[in-house]
Amino acid sequence: MSIRLTIISQIENIAAEQSKKIAPLDDSLLLSQSGLDSLCFAILVARLEDILGTDPFTASDEVYFPTTLGEFVELYEHCPA
Amino acid sequence: MNTAPPETTLEGLIRSRPRFRLETCSGAVLGSEVLGSLTYVGGLSRLAGKSVLIGAKSQLAAARAMIELDGFAARLVICPPDFSPERLASVIEQARVDAIVCEDSRMVFGSARPLFVIESAGTREERIESPRLRTQWLLPTSGTTGPPKLVAHSLNSLLGAIKGASNGPSPVWTTFYDIRRYGGLQIFLRACVAGATLALSDAEESLDGHIARCLRLGVTHISGTPSHWRRLLMNPNHVLLEPEYVRLSGEIADRAILSALREAYPKARVVHAYASTEGGVGFEVTDGMEGFPASLLDVEGEIELRLRDGSLHIRSPRTATSYVGRDDLQLRDKEGFVDTGDMLERIGERCFFKGRRTGVINVGGLKVHPEEVEQVINAYEKVRMSRVGARRNPIIGDIIAAEIVLREETATTEDEDALKHDILEFCRARLPRHMVPVTMRFVPALDVLASGKLARRHA
Repeated sequence: MSIRLTIISQIENIAAEQSKKIAPLDDSLLLSQSGLDSLCFAILVARLEDILGTDPFTASDEVYFPTTLGEFVELYEHCPA
Repeated sequence: MNTAPPETTLEGLIRSRPRFRLETCSGAVLGSEVLGSLTYVGGLSRLAGKSVLIGAKSQLAAARAMIELDGFAARLVICPPDFSPERLASVIEQARVDAIVCEDSRMVFGSARPLFVIESAGTREERIESPRLRTQWLLPTSGTTGPPKLVAHSLNSLLGAIKGASNGPSPVWTTFYDIRRYGGLQIFLRACVAGATLALSDAEESLDGHIARCLRLGVTHISGTPSHWRRLLMNPNHVLLEPEYVRLSGEIADRAILSALREAYPKARVVHAYASTEGGVGFEVTDGMEGFPASLLDVEGEIELRLRDGSLHIRSPRTATSYVGRDDLQLRDKEGFVDTGDMLERIGERCFFKGRRTGVINVGGLKVHPEEVEQVINAYEKVRMSRVGARRNPIIGDIIAAEIVLREETATTEDEDALKHDILEFCRARLPRHMVPVTMRFVPALDVLASGKLARRHA
């Protein structure tokens, strides 16, 4: 599964587990309006680390925090595993 | 220090209990018939009024030294057997140790002091009667980081929770604790007071060996931490034991372990005791349920319990009196209460332990006691035990991670992902969302420290 699809399916799983209603997941979606809260994002980052073997937020000293879903996916796509 | 002569010494106590016996796995025995007539500590007379570290390797030798030196040395310093030379050196300085008793004059203790040998065979050396002293018993508290902290007890404070011998047949005890830890020392003293047999555990002995020895001796009373008990229940031979009395202390006794013990030993009285090296034995819970009745709080009497800032405070003659060698630390507050650092939640008429103040995990500013999450996971029927810890997370600081040991019968037959899902659902139904584990891992076993407690990073 591609990184993008992995991220999308994890977001859907977490939203279901946490009973969150999420907005349509397109690249321009602002994360702040996605329907996920910070605990959901924390879970997402931990799950992705387990699945992809990488955590771009701690992998480098210079991390910019993504604001849209597209940027979030890009962060993972550009992070060396 | 109280200078009045003691009402009794340990040796005096045992002398009037002819059926007192200690048994080790190698078959060595210490019984009251030899006490008083034989001396084991060589050069004993030179230890009168001294501060003495008991550095014995074996529990039996340590017991001999405790019995001979109580009332004779000014201070007995008792450390668990796994203390490193660095920790021992710190203890020796803090307790101003004059001499060390041990089995072998070549042993090394981190800081050089004259060594006195505890012989394995007693001699009929003339016992020098000295003025009886109210010996101070120094024990390190059970925290595992930083230099050890010593607290001072007396034989009286240590015996405070122990009732006199009853008329019935004397019990046959065993404990998974080493008798040089507070929980084990309590059982050793119980055996002394009751004139009972105590089968000592041994780090070198297998659990199967220990169980076989319990059967041979007809053990009726067993004590250990909840982690000790979980380890026993994971051994198929636990079904051979038929204890009358099952005692838990040293960790939170959750509903899962209490019900598992009731199921395994339907004829036994299952009792959990709240005790710590600093706070002494607070109380025993005999109704078989987790937590304790809130009616114990705020009662005036010998044991006074208060809930302050969420933490249990105790004032009683069984608490230690002070820290020793650390002027910067105060054990009791102005009113004489000891803050145990054990956090409580009161729900209606029951109080529940949530965990240690120092072990808290911070999930995005919300505080989580690992023990609270473990209690829920452990209540899931297929789980034997669990350990919850923090996992660093770039979004909210820490998240909750769980390691789980399954019950033996389910361990190999289940679909792991389905089981994880079920346990998570079980947690979600019972815990606020920030407390639900984010990651979960099945492991074959969890480390239990020599103290009998689950190994935690922040212990």
